[in-house]
Amino acid sequence: MLRLDEVGQHYGDHQVLHDITLTVPDGQLLCVVGPSGCGKSTLLRTVAGLLPTYDGTITLDGTPVRGVPDNLAVVFQDYARSLYPWLTVRENVALPLRRRGLPRNERRAEADRILARVGLTDTARRHPWQLSGGMQQRVAIARALVCRPSLLLMDEPFGSLDAQTREDLEDLLLEVHRTDGATIVFVTHDIDESVYLGDRVVVLSPGPAAKIVLDLPVELPDTRDQITTRGLTEFVTLRSEVGRAVRKR
Amino acid sequence: MAVRHALLRWTVLVLAVVVWQLVAGAHGSVYFPPPVEIAGHALDLWFSGPARHVFLTEAAVGDILPSLGRMAAGFGIAAVAGIALGVAIGRSRRVYALCDPVLQFARAVPPPALVPVFVVILDFGTPMQIASIVFSAIWPVLINTAEGARDTDPLRIEVAAVLRLTPVERLRFLILPSALPRIFAGLRLSLSLSLILMVFSELLPGTANGIGFTLTDAQSRSDLLTVWSALVLLGALGYLLNTGLLAVEKRLIGKGRTTTV
Ligand SMILES: Nc1ncnc2c1ncn2[C@@H]1O[C@H](COP(=O)(O)OP(=O)(O)OP(=O)(O)O)[C@@H](O)[C@H]1O
Ligand SMILES: [Mg+2]
Repeated sequence: MLRLDEVGQHYGDHQVLHDITLTVPDGQLLCVVGPSGCGKSTLLRTVAGLLPTYDGTITLDGTPVRGVPDNLAVVFQDYARSLYPWLTVRENVALPLRRRGLPRNERRAEADRILARVGLTDTARRHPWQLSGGMQQRVAIARALVCRPSLLLMDEPFGSLDAQTREDLEDLLLEVHRTDGATIVFVTHDIDESVYLGDRVVVLSPGPAAKIVLDLPVELPDTRDQITTRGLTEFVTLRSEVGRAVRKR
Repeated sequence: MAVRHALLRWTVLVLAVVVWQLVAGAHGSVYFPPPVEIAGHALDLWFSGPARHVFLTEAAVGDILPSLGRMAAGFGIAAVAGIALGVAIGRSRRVYALCDPVLQFARAVPPPALVPVFVVILDFGTPMQIASIVFSAIWPVLINTAEGARDTDPLRIEVAAVLRLTPVERLRFLILPSALPRIFAGLRLSLSLSLILMVFSELLPGTANGIGFTLTDAQSRSDLLTVWSALVLLGALGYLLNTGLLAVEKRLIGKGRTTTV
């Protein structure tokens, strides 16, 4: 369980987050929505232990977050830059397995297994910059999933993709979430996406000093479908509710 | 396109040699012997030995190999120490700020000016020669490595933190590969400095062998043909060594790098 209690964050004098209190139960897929520049990435980086100081308390399974916790994975907003271009796709994906102390051939096998799962079997020996944007994004997701993290943080992972790729990856994420049962915090600025993916949607106010303005459970059937789910009346109602919260100043 | 470019480069060189040959042949000056004569002399002097010595003559074994050995030792030590120190300095903002003035100063000193210092400390001989090469060649690789290591993409450092890489893994998978283009830029400069200092340290009195020694020795005997042969040899060595280094660089970083830096 991830708990944030009155969490604040600032860069120098610039207050970014203010008084964020939030409990994410195990296995929940939480979507965080907010206008550009409100502090969504900052929130994720704080939870990931990448910003050494913050106000308030953050605990993961009861342990305060000081530094990067174990069993955590992050998909960064700038995913293409986050891959190491001098390593092949397989080497990139196998890199997180080093901390588990697996022998080389098991690391390879594990990387290939996860690459197959995201549909990238044939690209294992290529380099990230030889792939399309959507494929690079899947490499970044594979690298995050390979260690079977119990907490997965994703920062606008589908932001710059075409509609088709995006829908495919959304469904891939839902499937992974169903089978692996990780807790996922998913940042997006797309209101539709947040309702389609989330078990719950949290809306942040525009910065500076962003705080939570809406915390909404998404009561939609667990098995979701791009066409039918988006056509449900409940979906439309939830979407307008989130939309109103995002636009409110 | 690449083939045409290479052809063009060699054409200019060949033309220059031909012109030199014609002019020198026409004038018959002892100071500027024609290239054919120089090449023939160099062949006689160094490359007409027995087959079991890969055609190296005694003069070649006695002069070229010791020179190359000292240069390899000096360049090798400078490269390893320069990369190690460069990474250490570049990875810490504070250490970098402290060391920067010293480095700028050390880089500004013309390398041959250091040689007298080592002559006093170490006396004439191989240790002095190697020390002269090391202390001249270390700066470009050290400074470039430090700058390369300092400019590691902060996002990729965050990735390493999230992946919980150990310091050694960080070095191996992130900092060294990302600094590699800068490291090689430094190594190329260091290599040509090594060659310069190799010759320069052999020009001093008290040296008993080496290409630089051949040069001063031939000059004292007014043997200009040997002087010219030694110069051509040095040019060829410099070209070959640089080509070798470029090939290593291409192998190491050809793959991981196109538009994404
Ligand atoms: N390293 C930093 N140093 C100083 N200020 C920063 C830094 N990173 C972000 N900021 C500021 O903090 C605020 C929040 O930035 P953040 O990246 O968290 O926003 P975001 O919600 O992720 O935006 P976007 O939707 O555009 O990704 C912005 O005003 C930004 O200018
Ligand atoms: Mg962001």
